[in-house]
Amino acid sequence: MTLDEVLAALFPAGHEVVRGPSGTLHGTGTVEGQGKITVVGIVGGTPLGVDGAILLSGHVLSVVKADQHEPIVVLIDTASQNMARRDELMGLNEYLAHLAKSLALAAANGHRTVSVLYGHAAAGALIATALSAQSLVALPGAEPSVMDLPSISRVTKLPLDQLKELSKSTPIFAPGIEPLFATGAVTEFWGRDQPFANRLAALLREPPLTSDQRDRTGLTRRGRLLARKIADQVAEEARAHA
Amino acid sequence: MSNPVQPNEADWYEASARERIDGLLDPKSFVEFLGPEQRAVSPHLAQFDLTGAFDDGIVVGRGRLDGQEVFVAAQEGRFLGGAFGEVHGAKLVGILRAARDGANNDGPRAVLLLLDTGGVRLQEANAGELAISEIVDAVVKVRSAGIPILALVGGRAGAFGGGGIITACCSRIVVSEHARVSVSGPEVIEINKGVEEFDSRDRALVWRVCGARTRYLTGGADRYVKGSIRDFREAALALIRNAPSFDLVTLVAEQQRLMERLQRFGDCRDAPDIWRKMGLPEPERIAELDDDAFLAIRTKGADHDAR
Repeated sequence: MTLDEVLAALFPAGHEVVRGPSGTLHGTGTVEGQGKITVVGIVGGTPLGVDGAILLSGHVLSVVKADQHEPIVVLIDTASQNMARRDELMGLNEYLAHLAKSLALAAANGHRTVSVLYGHAAAGALIATALSAQSLVALPGAEPSVMDLPSISRVTKLPLDQLKELSKSTPIFAPGIEPLFATGAVTEFWGRDQPFANRLAALLREPPLTSDQRDRTGLTRRGRLLARKIADQVAEEARAHA
Repeated sequence: MSNPVQPNEADWYEASARERIDGLLDPKSFVEFLGPEQRAVSPHLAQFDLTGAFDDGIVVGRGRLDGQEVFVAAQEGRFLGGAFGEVHGAKLVGILRAARDGANNDGPRAVLLLLDTGGVRLQEANAGELAISEIVDAVVKVRSAGIPILALVGGRAGAFGGGGIITACCSRIVVSEHARVSVSGPEVIEINKGVEEFDSRDRALVWRVCGARTRYLTGGADRYVKGSIRDFREAALALIRNAPSFDLVTLVAEQQRLMERLQRFGDCRDAPDIWRKMGLPEPERIAELDDDAFLAIRTKGADHDAR
């Protein structure tokens, strides 16, 4: 889907969204039952570097400062983090962390945060955008990944064909919506036949989760069987030794 | 009779995860959670013909730092590059959640993260990536509960990928000369963008772009220490006393700090370009200084009060 199609489908009652530098956008959209909500995003397949990240965190923090507690929707069609010497020299890790922290602060201050992925997002960019909201919605065309199979093949020294075969039996490493849905990363997938505006309104009506339940979701969906159990075991031992 | 080397005189870089914990905390105070005897091994490695480890490359537990209760997690950089897999990541998530739950009653005074990681373990990439996101969430919640989290980085694997992101989410960051803190590793950039963009075999370049001295002088780390475990211990003790809170004021200050860095240095191609703009003497020689000479540098550019 194109950005215009996504905007029209999410906000049929209207939206005012401005494109900024480095693939960023910001503005508002109208959602039934919510009025005007905040929209930010990184689009056009732009890799997320220091320049884009600082703009996005700036938008998010101004919304938190305004103290209106409206929901924040993050539209995402990026790539991986920008792979460049200059971005690393500037300390890209701080910029991505700062964006993730800004979204976490917004959530803690009562803004319902929802990321909507309709294109690519990979590696560090996936962590700092799509995975940093309370809910992640995948639309048709969403292509989340940690790393592509050819790169995994290079690092693990396993032939690509063998990896493809393996990925049929486990969602633990392969890219794409289905494996990431199974592991608990994706909250909801909305198919092309779904009324996106209604789905968004319904999602925003739900009370926000106060704790991170993605490991439980991964267990329920049978895509990540151990994470919750291990985390609980460690926490249990920590309490027992108190 | 000569005295045996005290555990905390040892070199952080050369030490294992367990040796770092032993030297960092008060003697015999460490209690491990989900220790190797419980054999929490990754179930995903066998299909890649890799042998697992009984601790999955991370040691978590509690102990005392100068008498104060702390939680600690130490990655073993020598096991699969300290990479985040499902079990590895979940152990860290678990101890962070326990720290948050213990706030206001019997919780720890601080959490110490001894990062030594290449990032996500690609054999279990999705689980590792999600674990990193869950750790970021948990770090924020622990800090919001008023418990400082320190990142201590000085190991062989550095803190790359999600490890670099987690580092910058912590209240304070301590590095030694060996530390590299970054998102994309130099090899990854070279493979994707070519050797002209980043020659990953040029070790001096790697350290100028990702290394501890660059991070410290630009504000990406709060303390630069000489390399012994005792140095890290002293820095940790000092820093848990004045950690920033996690709130709008801190993040707005960080926004300002990071924006100013781009405005001042955004057109620099290499670290000496930054040192020149900062007005440091002999910018080309910063990397060659010994630690004492380096620590004697005082620069306004390294001032920062928010993270």
